[in-house]
Amino acid sequence: MPRKNRQDMPLLDPEERVLHFGEVALGYDEEKALAEAERCLNCKTPLCMQGCPVNVDIPEFIAAIKEGNYDEAASILRRKNNLPAICGRVCPQENQCEKFCVLANKGEPVAIGALERFVGDYHLARGEKPDRTGERKDQRVAVVGSGPAGLTCAADLARMGYQVTVFEAFHKPGGVLMYGIPEFRLPKKIVEGEIEYVKSLGVEIRLNTVVGKTVTVDELLEEHGYDAVFISTGAGLPYFLNIPGENLNGVYSANEFLTRVNLMKAYKFPEHATPIMVGDKVAVVGGGNVAMDAARTARRLGAQKVYIIYRRSREEMPARKEEIARAEEEGVDFRLLANPVAIHGTEEGWVKEIELVKMELGEPDESGRRRPKPVPGSNFTLEVDTIIIAIGQGPNPLIPRSTNELQVTERGHIVVEDEKGRTSKKAVFAGGDVVTGAATVIEAMGAGKRAAQAIDEFLKAYF
Amino acid sequence: MYEIVRKEKLAPGIKLFEIKAPWVARKAAPGQFIILRVDETGERIPLTIADFNRDKGTVTIVAQEVGYTTKQLGRLEPGDAVLDFTGPLGQPSELPDSGTVTCIGGGVGIAPVYPQVKALREKGVYVITIVGARSAEYLIFTGELEELSNEFYIATDDGSRGCKGFVTGVLQELLEADRSIDHVIAIGPVIMMKAVTAITRPRNISTTVSLNSLMVDGTGMCGACRVTIDGETKFACINGPEFDAFKVDFDEQLRRLSFYRDPEAKAMAKAECRIRNAKGAE
Ligand SMILES: Cc1cc2nc3c(=O)[nH]c(=O)nc-3n(C[C@H](O)[C@H](O)[C@H](O)COP(=O)(O)OP(=O)(O)OC[C@H]3O[C@@H](n4cnc5c(N)ncnc54)[C@H](O)[C@@H]3O)c2cc1C
Ligand SMILES: Cc1cc2nc3c(=O)[nH]c(=O)nc-3n(C[C@H](O)[C@H](O)[C@H](O)COP(=O)(O)OP(=O)(O)OC[C@H]3O[C@@H](n4cnc5c(N)ncnc54)[C@H](O)[C@@H]3O)c2cc1C
Ligand code: SF4
Ligand code: SF4
Ligand code: FES
Repeated sequence: MPRKNRQDMPLLDPEERVLHFGEVALGYDEEKALAEAERCLNCKTPLCMQGCPVNVDIPEFIAAIKEGNYDEAASILRRKNNLPAICGRVCPQENQCEKFCVLANKGEPVAIGALERFVGDYHLARGEKPDRTGERKDQRVAVVGSGPAGLTCAADLARMGYQVTVFEAFHKPGGVLMYGIPEFRLPKKIVEGEIEYVKSLGVEIRLNTVVGKTVTVDELLEEHGYDAVFISTGAGLPYFLNIPGENLNGVYSANEFLTRVNLMKAYKFPEHATPIMVGDKVAVVGGGNVAMDAARTARRLGAQKVYIIYRRSREEMPARKEEIARAEEEGVDFRLLANPVAIHGTEEGWVKEIELVKMELGEPDESGRRRPKPVPGSNFTLEVDTIIIAIGQGPNPLIPRSTNELQVTERGHIVVEDEKGRTSKKAVFAGGDVVTGAATVIEAMGAGKRAAQAIDEFLKAYF
Repeated sequence: MYEIVRKEKLAPGIKLFEIKAPWVARKAAPGQFIILRVDETGERIPLTIADFNRDKGTVTIVAQEVGYTTKQLGRLEPGDAVLDFTGPLGQPSELPDSGTVTCIGGGVGIAPVYPQVKALREKGVYVITIVGARSAEYLIFTGELEELSNEFYIATDDGSRGCKGFVTGVLQELLEADRSIDHVIAIGPVIMMKAVTAITRPRNISTTVSLNSLMVDGTGMCGACRVTIDGETKFACINGPEFDAFKVDFDEQLRRLSFYRDPEAKAMAKAECRIRNAKGAE
């Protein structure tokens, strides 16, 4: 019997979707989910699982879908993954689980992510809460930062019976899921739903608490009675280009731009009080997912012309292929092999144009990508009124500065001894972007999971 | 939720709030600020810590009503609460241990000068305080500051109290009278801080100013608060808000503060009717 083709994901029409912030990918209905689940061979040695940093029992949950037992599918998923509705949407599956699926050889792996999303959404809609009958332990763990790494670590520790408090600097939990990834890719209702689930496991979340300022890691251990600390503060410090004109009005970091829109809901200004200014012509500098998100957000805020400016060629772009395609469908204009050298402003201090130099690719660098170098005398300008810098982020210095004995690298990443996240300081663990630099949601979750194991071992050995 | 335990109207459009926030009070120091959000649709706004009481677990802020959020705050009463209140943020002031220090506060900037004068006097430093405002009715904290300071001067634009003119006039006079001043702290409108620096720089009197840049998070993750210090970009929220005045690019500051003037005006126009509607419903 010939295998069915992979079920495609229904999408909103590009012309419609640039008019609002509604979710672009609509998700499978039951019929599609069942058809897609049928494609899974239920392999004895499921290669797909190697590609998943949290080891989701993929064939098992898909088998439950086939039987129409979605509750069972959800509980299989939740065993390993506390945030399935999120991962199903934002995991770069083509580089992870789906890349290893046996059907990937023929170019059509099982749509594991889409199925995960289907089950995650089903479960959230049911609003079921976990049962918390396990034993309660006396030890207390502080988790700093409520992004995917922190939420995962907290949820796993709470399941083991520990008393967990998450400390979050912002007024809402979720980290990049809340302030970075836009509504049209990851609706905030979904994030809130998944966080409610984590809370229902017994995790307490303390908002508006900037660790390093409101309280330090040392104080959490010495004065507040925590027995261990997990640091998962992400990579939130935006890099700038350090070119002339970068402080003109109209130049944003992607972080500021996306935070205003996602966390503060500036797209609903003035019903929501935080403003955002986007002109008719916007240049986004960078070639990663963050740049695509900023460009697509700018389109939705009414910009007529949105450029992506990237110094290498399309092949080297770190963004997901899918995200690049979506941006292109939405009319984003890619200016590749170009690098900004200056931003010119009006007399009143507003952005007027961006000056670029053409680049060519030379020898490969450490990352294996061909190193771009400027073509002398090839400068040209683009007229724009808004510029968004999306060239990467580093870790925030507040915690390293205020914590004794915590070793960090030259670039400020926390040094860990092994993949379990032990740091140079006793009882302190770290994981996620603050250790690895900007990576992915699922890798951060994997780090949170391994650290929860390590913290459990540490507390058992020590107390 | 963070409860308002005391509210005082200090001057037209300038209100003091004492807010219950024990975690913030425990760590607060002069020179630092907080960020608050009034309600679920609110904007995050930074306000300087004007005082704190660790025993009571309260933090005092003084806000001037200039736009939507500060007016929204102004309508709250004791017993009401703000939804979010984060801090203390920024670096504490680095205050001298000896010598003569002149503290200059302009307008609502008088409020953040108060904890600094208090801390300096506790160290035994000789403090000359100069405060200024448009007219007498806009002056705040004069009683407290007069009592604390070794010398106290007032300047008003219209001469309704103290000397007629600006705070810089008083500073100039002191210096022309050959008073020795080791350090100056100036907090107020950018224009005032720039003018003070124009006087102290040629005389090489070290000067600290507090930069009220636009902010979102206040923790170093957005870069909205970029300021140029000695030709280098710094984030006011984590490297400041206080900086060595001789290194500050004041003109850039002035430009950057105008960023959201147009949308803010639009928000106010809309908000005025919301405020009116809310009043009507009461
Ligand atoms: C715009 C954007 C789009 C992305 N798209 C994708 C995608 O499609 N797929 C994907 O897999 N990955 C994506 N990523 C990357 C992914 O989001 C991150 O790798 C992941 O969120 C890292 O998780 P984390 O838990 O380490 O940190 P974060 O998610 O950064 O969370 C850190 C949390 O710690 C808090 N915090 C920081 N400092 C302190 C402090 N001192 N005290 C208290 N709290 C503090 C922060 O406020 C934040 O809430 C994207 C990233 C961005 C910015
Ligand atoms: C570190 C720091 C400490 C501060 N301390 C105090 C304080 O103790 N008391 C106080 O009253 N204010 C203080 N401010 C300024 C205060 O944050 C702003 O007045 C407030 O954000 C305005 O919000 P709004 O919605 O009421 O007005 P908006 O509608 O946002 O703005 C109204 C007008 O004020 C201007 N404006 C907006 N933000 C600022 C700003 N940061 N500085 C100067 N002008 C601004 C706008 O351009 C506009 O013209 C401080 C700012 C910072 C960064
Ligand atoms: S969590 Fe991500 S990587 Fe793992 S199976 Fe699900 S979609 Fe694939
Ligand atoms: S490798 Fe592919 S076909 Fe095999 S179990 Fe995993 S998802 Fe199913
Ligand atoms: S306010 Fe965001 S970095 Fe300073």
